[in-house]
Amino acid sequence: MQEASPAQVHVPPTSFLRKHVFSLDHKVIGLQYYGLALAAVTLGMVLSWLMRFHLVWPNAAIPGLNFISKAGAPGGIITPEYYLSLLTMHGTLMVFFVLTNAPFAAFGNYFLPIQIGAEDMAFPRFNMMSFWTTLAAFLVLITAFFIPDGPPISGWTAYAPLSAIGSDAGPGLGWGQTLWAVSIALFCAGSLLGALNFISTTLDLRAKGMTFMRMPICTWAWFITSCIALLAFAVLLPACLLLILDRTAGTSFFIPSGLVVSDRLQPHAGGSPLLWQHLFWFFGHPEVYIAILPSMGIVSHVLMASMRKPLLSAKVIIYSMLSIGFLSWMVWGHHMFVSGMNPFSSLVFSFPTLTITIPATIMTLIWLGSLYGANIRMTAAALFALGFISMFVSGGVSGFFLAQPSIDIYLHATYFVVGHFHMVMGVASIFGVFAGTYFWFGKMTGRMLNETLGKVHFWITFIGTYCIFMPFHYLGLVGNVRRYSTFVDDFMGPLMPLHKFITIAALITGGGQLIFLFNLFHSRFWGKPAPQNPWDGTSLEWSVPSPPPWNNFGDVHPVVYHDSYQYGVKGSKGDYVMQDSPEQVVGG
Amino acid sequence: MSSTTYTPVALPAVQPVRAGVNIAARSAADGASRSGVWVAIFAITMSFAAFTSALFVREGAAVDWTHLVLPPILYANTIVLLLGSATLMAAGRAVNAHVLLDSRVVKTVMGWLIATLALGLLFIAGQYEAWRQLAAQGLFLSTNPNSSFFYVFTGMHILHLLGGIAALVYLVGQLVGSHTTFRRAAFHNTAIYWHFMGVLWLYLLFVLRTKL
Repeated sequence: MQEASPAQVHVPPTSFLRKHVFSLDHKVIGLQYYGLALAAVTLGMVLSWLMRFHLVWPNAAIPGLNFISKAGAPGGIITPEYYLSLLTMHGTLMVFFVLTNAPFAAFGNYFLPIQIGAEDMAFPRFNMMSFWTTLAAFLVLITAFFIPDGPPISGWTAYAPLSAIGSDAGPGLGWGQTLWAVSIALFCAGSLLGALNFISTTLDLRAKGMTFMRMPICTWAWFITSCIALLAFAVLLPACLLLILDRTAGTSFFIPSGLVVSDRLQPHAGGSPLLWQHLFWFFGHPEVYIAILPSMGIVSHVLMASMRKPLLSAKVIIYSMLSIGFLSWMVWGHHMFVSGMNPFSSLVFSFPTLTITIPATIMTLIWLGSLYGANIRMTAAALFALGFISMFVSGGVSGFFLAQPSIDIYLHATYFVVGHFHMVMGVASIFGVFAGTYFWFGKMTGRMLNETLGKVHFWITFIGTYCIFMPFHYLGLVGNVRRYSTFVDDFMGPLMPLHKFITIAALITGGGQLIFLFNLFHSRFWGKPAPQNPWDGTSLEWSVPSPPPWNNFGDVHPVVYHDSYQYGVKGSKGDYVMQDSPEQVVGG
Repeated sequence: MSSTTYTPVALPAVQPVRAGVNIAARSAADGASRSGVWVAIFAITMSFAAFTSALFVREGAAVDWTHLVLPPILYANTIVLLLGSATLMAAGRAVNAHVLLDSRVVKTVMGWLIATLALGLLFIAGQYEAWRQLAAQGLFLSTNPNSSFFYVFTGMHILHLLGGIAALVYLVGQLVGSHTTFRRAAFHNTAIYWHFMGVLWLYLLFVLRTKL
């Protein structure tokens, strides 16, 4: 590998703006993404509280809400349309700005270059642009709350034709939906730039000795995720552009002829609402793997350091992640079983959907098998990593049911689906983010998070999310429909006590997250100073100071001798060998 | 964040015997930028695949599909764009053949680059003329699905071509003034992207001709 020429080295930042605002440093950009995700998740969680509150106390006034939306919450009581607005924004914020940002953009940006031994990402300017584009997308989305008509009511999936015809379709579907489409288009652009960076960096900037199979598993996870993201967002962007054209330029990509909405014949003709669903879900299914794969990588990474032994087969984990990435492109129709498409194609989609459970199961069995006989250092990060496995299994199992068209006909659009995706995405993936936070906070900030508070945070969250989301499966099975703001007495009445239980669990669990927020901010300034390698990890991020200097490795270019799984190694100094240690061990 | 004392990295010894533009030594960054261009091309291809599938599905479901006669100037524009690839290849030959570009070679390279730029801009002007001809027939963006796809496909192509134009302007800028080094990688990446724009246009023309 040749010496870096001056063309590659970028100068250290000197001004405040360059250091902390318009930074080219991947570490600062990673932290900026994390901060953005934190803001988005807080807002998304508040929206979920409002929804849960309204479901069980529909006539209670929420103080102050009428100031945010006079039409949506007159007297503080949420209207059915505003409930739909809340859930639309909740979904959009959480899936895009939290689950794509935190595990992938935030941690990936921070640690991928360091873990492969590079000074920075391949294209630092593109990297900076990707963050600011994503931030712009966030601000455009939030604006929808403050326009008179309010945010869109079409769900995060924004199905046509109601999302395409404009304000005739209902409140929030005028400017609100356009702002949504513009926001998501911007988000696509930012994500494409980010994915480009990840891929090029991994392909070309690995340090000497860092072969592909020596990269840590979480690096692999980010790399595979970025390949998926590159192609998935490249499809969503055209879809959003076509939607914007339908809404503003009078085209008819998604709006059929003869559509009468609000007693008005829509002037468009000939479009296909099913086209939107195909385009959206062709992106949307790989998107959920974008949300989960980085967390799988982080969990594998954290588990090895906690168990002090390598996984049974890191190679199989990597191949499983590759299979999941490959198969994820073939299953999008399982979101459309009841859309009216040819039932035979439902069979065609059901088969790969069931197949994709195989690599996921293999990964779970490897994690569990590796844990057998392990002496686990039970840190907060380790707890969240173990909790991830639990949540992934619990949430994933309901996927087996939904993968079959015959069962899905009954369960589609019920709380069963909501329980499934919340457990796998909303809990499991977030547990991966928490595990990464507790693991890497010291490295990123130079101060450790409080472990006791972390463990309290874990137990409240673990028990709380089970209390919230497991009952959803039962609710779905007895026929509780999703996206309804209130339930009629004779059918859903008997379920109200369960809904009340869920709401209280949600509020308590949400309150528990305040412990995490407090831990974050308190430790940032007054936490215990972080050593260079607090967890005795083997990968390259533990070979640099906490926090790392602006060019990661100082003036030294790291040379890698081993993979990152040298834990429990007998005869070495300590029970592990770092990747850049020339110490000879068997099977490096 | 802790700060590390920054010691400037020594520049590689530059030994121009005569004044001119030196081709810069290849660096790891150049490798990354090459793969970056291909990754970007991959993504752009995917997005045009999405537009194409939208066209197929829209046609399949349509009762209002009409036939659009492509303005003949499109074929002339195609020749112009392909000529631009040829001039860019000529510039490439000059860049590849020398390690030190003296003022004569710089003039040659810049000449070919500017020719490519001019042809690219001529292409865009020709596309605009095609739009005008369609508008004169009463075919606008929202008139019927065929015209919608025509404007979307050609518009998206021009948008991406503008990126190539910007890269060409950058390259010309690298050869003028007080610059003493020129990165071959920047040139070749631009060339790869520009040729891709030509190939993409051929594909789009084929789709427009056969489907619309």
